[in-house]
Amino acid sequence: MTSTVEVTDLCRSFKTSTGLLWRSHRTTEAVRDLSFSVERGELFGLLGPNGAGKTTTIKMLITLLLPTSGVARVLGIDVARDPQAVRSRIGYVFGGERGLYERLSAADNLRYFAELYGVSPRSQRTRIAELLELVDLSGREKERVEGFSRGMRQRLHIARGLLHDPEVLFLDEPTIGIDPVGARQLRELVVRLREAGKTILLTTHYMLEADLLCDRIAVIDKGQLLALGTPTELKSSVDIGQVIEVETFGLPQTAIDRIETLDGVRTVTASVRGHLQLLVVQGHPGAEVTGSVLAAVDDQVVHRVLTREPTLEDAYVALVGGS
Amino acid sequence: MNRVVRAARLVGVVWYLQLRMFAVSAFEALMQLIWPMIFATSAFLIFRVNGDRELLIFAGLGASAMGIWSAMATAASNLLQEERWSGTLELLVAAPAPLALVLAPVALAMATMGLLSMVVTLLWARFAFGISIPVADISGFLVSILVTIAAMAMLGFLLSVSVIRYRTSWALGNALEFPGWLLGGFFVPLAILPDWVKPLSYVFAPTWGLAGMRDAAAGRSPWLQCAICVALGVAYGVIGLLLSKRLLTSARRNATLSLT
Ligand SMILES: Nc1ncnc2c1ncn2[C@@H]1O[C@H](COP(=O)(O)OP(=O)(O)OP(=O)(O)O)[C@@H](O)[C@H]1O
Ligand SMILES: [Mg+2]
Repeated sequence: MTSTVEVTDLCRSFKTSTGLLWRSHRTTEAVRDLSFSVERGELFGLLGPNGAGKTTTIKMLITLLLPTSGVARVLGIDVARDPQAVRSRIGYVFGGERGLYERLSAADNLRYFAELYGVSPRSQRTRIAELLELVDLSGREKERVEGFSRGMRQRLHIARGLLHDPEVLFLDEPTIGIDPVGARQLRELVVRLREAGKTILLTTHYMLEADLLCDRIAVIDKGQLLALGTPTELKSSVDIGQVIEVETFGLPQTAIDRIETLDGVRTVTASVRGHLQLLVVQGHPGAEVTGSVLAAVDDQVVHRVLTREPTLEDAYVALVGGS
Repeated sequence: MNRVVRAARLVGVVWYLQLRMFAVSAFEALMQLIWPMIFATSAFLIFRVNGDRELLIFAGLGASAMGIWSAMATAASNLLQEERWSGTLELLVAAPAPLALVLAPVALAMATMGLLSMVVTLLWARFAFGISIPVADISGFLVSILVTIAAMAMLGFLLSVSVIRYRTSWALGNALEFPGWLLGGFFVPLAILPDWVKPLSYVFAPTWGLAGMRDAAAGRSPWLQCAICVALGVAYGVIGLLLSKRLLTSARRNATLSLT
């Protein structure tokens, strides 16, 4: 039994040149010795900071880029050797406003791609209507895409990716720039697709989304795999204990430095939230630090204190920040 | 058989949708329709004074073909560059349909616009200037127009294939615009071109198509010129087809399908 997506020692580098007269050539290693596999019916997340190599990995899998070395198979087919066979069985959706014909209506956009994907003429009409219904665009299909909002475009994009009923779906930041309600609807749609048996590879910068949706997650940075596992496994793999969030006003840097040196404290991050300051203190596993942290902060300036278990975001920050 | 029907359908639908996109964009429509008319108008105005019938045909048809060529050379390459900008080029490549089957109807759509503008120009000449181009051999004339435009479309296809691989080659189309005018003998007789340029104009299909049009108008036989024009057009198409596979692989290796 082979995996639906199988990536073995995959590498991809880009040559870029800068300067006009004295051209200097540089090689960026976007993906380095990456290996992972996605099983049939799985919803697999690919996480990592900007420039980590997520999109590059996906583009190799969907046959838009050739690997520099290594092998990638989708549905058992080598993407470098037989791209045509892969293309008809996978779908690709990326986030953002691009990738649609602005001057065509939503329905015509879908017609165009239905034709490119060889959807049989007889079933095209019903299929397009079905998908418009699924992504909640029924009734707007005659309008030109120019006038569509971001969320509408994104939903149309998804409909496009589903036209030929692909077995595997690649979603590259599908919820980017969408309002919370829209993003939630989109997530529900992704869940439904998985329930329908699709294998899905998803990238996102929203940790909550990854935690909510993904069966397994790979965290990559600088083209390399940092961690791989279920969200629960990832959370417990990094040695974070309790997390304390303290909302304060005007806490001096000296106090923050003091907390960092406390026993049992792993990391401290301070960020500004409106007129408040948010202090996130990660403790070592098993350490009880709430008391000592609060003692270190003048309670005149404490607004709110919250103690919680580590989230995927904490684990992610620990993984990526520490690398 | 089924595959042929599929391919024909694909070509038809892409052609139709592409025309729809042209129709929506006022700028594009202007480029493709008005441009040739302006050329032809100036030609008519200049040569009418002269009163030479043969010259009028030469100038009027040449000017109109010149405009069509301009629109086609620039549009074919710019169109694909636009697709790259809007992110749809990657989607076209990621689809299972052979890319040549997508590019060909796009070129065909431009050819259709070219044909339309030729007709509009001739009507314009007739009703605005009272110039009717006397055509001795109507069927030969029509066939010549069709093959000229088809051959130009194939050249557009060839150009657009190169744009897939080379991000800057959209500029090539623009650069070819003016040399095309001279090479094709649209406006100045080929005889005055320097000798070393002549071989270039012989492999430039519109040269032959236009010669066919003029011969048909003057009552001479256009068929040899038409045949050469068709042969060259087919050659462009075949070269484009062969190149499209290789350039596509090369584009995947060199990451030129997207902007970054
Ligand atoms: N066509 C290209 N030419 C040159 N360098 C590229 C190209 N595409 C990507 N890169 C580089 O490869 C690296 C990985 O980029 P990639 O787009 O895969 O990152 P990503 O993980 O998708 O990031 P993001 O979260 O910002 O989308 C970056 O350093 C990027 O600059
Ligand atoms: Mg990306």
